[in-house]
Amino acid sequence: MAKTESTVTWTVYDADKMTQREIYGIVLKDLGAQYPEIVGLSADLAKSTKIGTFGDAYPDRFFNLGIAEQNLLGVAAGLAKAGLTPFVSTFSVFASARACEFLRTDICYQQLNVKVIATHGGISFGSGGATHHATEDYAVVRAFPHLTVVVPADAIETAKAVKACLDITGPVYIRIGRGFEPNINTSEDYDFEIGKAIEMREGTDLTIIAAGNTVFHAVQAADILKQDNDVSVRVLNMHTLKPLDEEAIMKAVTETRRIITVEDHNVINGLGTAVADVIAASGKGCAFTKLGVPDTFCPHGYPEDLMNLYNIDTDGIVAKVGELLNREFEEDEDWEDEV
Amino acid sequence: MPLTDQERQEFEALAKQLRRDIADVTGWSGGAHIGGSMSMVDILTLLYWKYLKIDPANPAWEERDRFVLSKGHGGVGHAVVLSQRGFFDKEELRKFNETGSMLGMHLDSLKVPGCETSTGSMGHGLPQAVGMALGARVLHKDWRVYCVIGDGESNEGSIWEAAMAAAHYKLDNLIVIQDRNHLMIDGPTEDVMSLEPLADKWRAFGFETREVNGHDLDQLAEAIEYAHTVKDKPIMLLCDTVKGKGVDFMEGDPAWHYGGLSQELVEKAKQSIGE
Ligand SMILES: Cc1ncc(C[n+]2csc(CCOP(=O)(O)OP(=O)(O)O)c2C)c(N)n1
Ligand SMILES: [Mg+2]
Repeated sequence: MAKTESTVTWTVYDADKMTQREIYGIVLKDLGAQYPEIVGLSADLAKSTKIGTFGDAYPDRFFNLGIAEQNLLGVAAGLAKAGLTPFVSTFSVFASARACEFLRTDICYQQLNVKVIATHGGISFGSGGATHHATEDYAVVRAFPHLTVVVPADAIETAKAVKACLDITGPVYIRIGRGFEPNINTSEDYDFEIGKAIEMREGTDLTIIAAGNTVFHAVQAADILKQDNDVSVRVLNMHTLKPLDEEAIMKAVTETRRIITVEDHNVINGLGTAVADVIAASGKGCAFTKLGVPDTFCPHGYPEDLMNLYNIDTDGIVAKVGELLNREFEEDEDWEDEV
Repeated sequence: MPLTDQERQEFEALAKQLRRDIADVTGWSGGAHIGGSMSMVDILTLLYWKYLKIDPANPAWEERDRFVLSKGHGGVGHAVVLSQRGFFDKEELRKFNETGSMLGMHLDSLKVPGCETSTGSMGHGLPQAVGMALGARVLHKDWRVYCVIGDGESNEGSIWEAAMAAAHYKLDNLIVIQDRNHLMIDGPTEDVMSLEPLADKWRAFGFETREVNGHDLDQLAEAIEYAHTVKDKPIMLLCDTVKGKGVDFMEGDPAWHYGGLSQELVEKAKQSIGE
């Protein structure tokens, strides 16, 4: 199938002035012109998630279900059954937790072609508090068979992911932030393929595997470590949590032997766990640690402070790299042969 | 008339002060849910200063009446009321939304004295209120449970699931108050997801239902006192309100569901509210 193209492309110039959500809305509106089968749905968050940009352009193909997330996902399932391609937007916590079983049983079980674009992921809604944080959504949705799970690093990558998800016939969950996260990509001029990690920095001493808003911090940390300490840190943007790019992970294991994962999510059953599963199954020795939200509900606060509190920002990553570089671990006997 | 002239004067002044405080906190905090906080001020004023059996010095007093703000995004309004009523120092309000503060947009019951239960995700307060009302029955307590719900919030299935349970268990110790301000985030409720005929719906769900002007203190007081006399069924006070009430440039405008206020706008808002 031909790759989905949109007539709008983004550079950092636009992206710096727009949130992930705004770019999502504009891209979806553009795709709507080319694909009459696209319909949009929200639950009184059309404005907040920006799917309303699509809705304003195609009022006959947009449904606001009111504040009723279970019905939102159920109705989307019905529209998919009718042959349409529903895009559904609400906050991540409501898409993954409130409407959880509707996503699981109606959409994933039946392999329906529904795209859930979930905003305000992780702790990006800082002062909204735990009722509005989504620090368990990776854990929940990763466990749903047939579901593709994508976490774009920034606004530009959001545009790419929204287009790319149309090339998949089946359910996709895309988690984005509230929108105030910095951009790491400078233009859309790079390869983005669902299921293929992107090497943001080459490196041989250690690999940081990040997803979503933590990619920016991982890259910054790698640059600082290179400059100040001459440490060579590889950074993988693991924008697809499922299917996971196991090859890139194993390459990092054999070539750098030390891995840190960084995620805006509970350390239980998120990106770090997914990576750890691959390492454990391989039987290879590897110094490994996870950075993320510890097993707790986050307090209210500004997102940047909370990221700092949980060491998932640049400073936290730099400190953790230092720690992991010095950690002793048992190396594989046949390691040299593989490198 | 359930209110004396003196009470009415006192509560009217108090409501104005609470509204001015909400404007201040919205300014300090960078952003809060101001519209829906303003619309429920008169209701909360009467409850907190006349009807709720509570003890600010002892928020966990077992015999207390329970107040549940099901529309938990009204956190700024609730916080202002709780501090004014003496549950915590008003200085705390200055730190609303800040990292490390006990106050954020949706109040955390583990941190905020007087906040009965953590809400903010729509449709969670009423089910908990039903549980508290059932709890009183099991424990042979005579506390009452008051629960304020939004109108947009009532799109949620869980509101109607709880309503069914309240009627099924004949919870006459449960008083549900709906802040019918006619707006949700994406616009007027009747444009986004129509609720009407809302009073008929509540009646059909087994609620004794009274329609009241939610800014008329006398009507409100009369309705609450009537609610205390209802037997063998839950009661709904369907309160007609104005979102952003008191602030001329906010009233009835869905854009003021959530927002920040510059110092200049705080002053404008306070001027509109008056002394
Ligand atoms: C389950 C859930 N879905 C969505 C939201 C986001 N949200 C917060 S307030 C709100 C609108 C509430 O409207 P209404 O109940 O009428 O409140 P009011 O007008 O009194 O502010 C929405 C959709 C939420 N908090 N919880
Ligand atoms: Mg409303």
